Amino acid sequence: MKIDQSNIEKIRADFPILNLQVSGKPLVYLDNAASSQMPKQVIDRIVRYQQAEHANIHRAVHYLSELATREYEEARVKVQQFIKAKESREVIFTRGTTEAINLVMHGYGRSFIGKGDEIILSGLEHHANIVPWQMLAEEKGAVLRVIPINDQGDLLQDEFEALFNDKTKFLALSHVSNALGTINPVKQMIAYARRCGVPVLLDGAQAAPHQAIDVQDLDCDFYAFSSHKMCGPTGIGVLYGKADLLEKMNPFMGGGDMILSVTFEKTQYNVIPGKFEAGTPPIMAAIALGAAIDYLNDIGLDNIDAYEHQLLDYATEKLSAMPGVKIIGTAKQKAAVVSFEIDGVHPHDVGTILNAEGVAIRTGHHCAQPVMDRFNVPATARASFAFYNTEAEIDKLINGIRKVQEMFT
Amino acid sequence: MSDMSQLYQEVILDHNRKPRNWGAIDGANRHADGHNPLCGDHIKLTMNVTDDKIETIAFEGNGCAICKASSSMMTGAVKGKSVQDAETLVEEFRSMTTGTLNPESQESHLGKLKIFAGVKDLPSRVKCAILPWHTLHAALHSENTASTEGQDDPVPDSGIVA
Repeated sequence: MKIDQSNIEKIRADFPILNLQVSGKPLVYLDNAASSQMPKQVIDRIVRYQQAEHANIHRAVHYLSELATREYEEARVKVQQFIKAKESREVIFTRGTTEAINLVMHGYGRSFIGKGDEIILSGLEHHANIVPWQMLAEEKGAVLRVIPINDQGDLLQDEFEALFNDKTKFLALSHVSNALGTINPVKQMIAYARRCGVPVLLDGAQAAPHQAIDVQDLDCDFYAFSSHKMCGPTGIGVLYGKADLLEKMNPFMGGGDMILSVTFEKTQYNVIPGKFEAGTPPIMAAIALGAAIDYLNDIGLDNIDAYEHQLLDYATEKLSAMPGVKIIGTAKQKAAVVSFEIDGVHPHDVGTILNAEGVAIRTGHHCAQPVMDRFNVPATARASFAFYNTEAEIDKLINGIRKVQEMFT
Repeated sequence: MSDMSQLYQEVILDHNRKPRNWGAIDGANRHADGHNPLCGDHIKLTMNVTDDKIETIAFEGNGCAICKASSSMMTGAVKGKSVQDAETLVEEFRSMTTGTLNPESQESHLGKLKIFAGVKDLPSRVKCAILPWHTLHAALHSENTASTEGQDDPVPDSGIVA
């Protein structure tokens, strides 16, 4: 269903929180890259699960346990289809993108990356895709190599290719930059890494909510993303991994559900995906993520992508026309994220004053300090859009920025 | 606080535009760096303390209007004061901005600094206002760094995360 004037109010009506008043004004929620809002279809699914379906999974033989197990595993299949993975056992539920990346660092990195080996990251990474690799490099004596970015926020492809050598053992790359919105040309970058025999992890936290993902077409080895940025609840995320890699990896955590048999002498691990899901998982959250996927599919990721790009173009045009406002990150391909700075005003003051207008944006380093350093700013203000935002809301952002400028002149 | 003019008063905006005591003192006998990792606010404080009195004080760095104005007004407020009086102000400023001292109904030495009382309603901004005062405290104790995190977090329950 194409999103336009005729149905946007109907879509907005699905999101109860959009009726909220903040500082006495209607909420204008433009912090979707940090976390999106939840439609009532997902909220209702959570309520139904807790009221009529909850029990622990993969254990008892009673009605509720079997029902909850079936719903949980159906959610896994929904995720599999959502990212077009070959098999549902390639989908591992984690607490979020951060845990998914840490799982790969522990399960793959600690076994297959050693002293003197090199890990390639990009200069656009979120801290979640930097710090785990730094920890690994420190433990193993491995080396991090960083793909530089240009003034627009695009990764330099020649420099990227030049980083590869026979010590290169891993590439960890964001699909879409959370700080600048850059959509990296991941397909061609993965193809290059593949020719060099280097496995690739994509941090898809900012991509999965906004565009159709096909992990087989991308041919990435790992893909990580979070539910709460795609209309689902917090506390659950996904690690996709190719089955043959997951099978040769070590478990990340030990406990119940990840074993086949345990004696004090020897434990035999479960097969994938169970091997990586120790303990009782967030069952409700997984089922709710499944409901969020149903909701996004009903609208269609291609329709979401097209509408959000209209919003991005509108916001970019309006902000570019404002004297004293500079957009940071003008990559060729961008998701619906606009980072900006206002001459002479610190982003935190911008955020506080906009909040008084009911406008919620993110201010700070966006957990991407190397990006801030690259552009020589301590922080930026960032507006990020979802398919339930409108051009009228962007106008309110623009008016709020005018108020900031008036106050500070 | 829905009306931002309560906090972003002309006094604060003026100190942000033209911070007083800006710069660094060569050969200072006390100094400290203050850093708020959550928003990137960073100030360097230098001063000379002679016979228990703050003779000169200067600051420089990067920060939001609240942080810069608070730094500027802090340097003005403690210059010429005894170390003990400066520490009293640190304590009172901290109490005011975390909501345990109401400068309208309780006695204090805060004077013009009362205009920062409004930040107590903005938990995410309390640290911006307090940073220069933490840094002053650190410099007076010859610690070289101050932070708004960990043990020194003025609002540990504010839920502010990176």
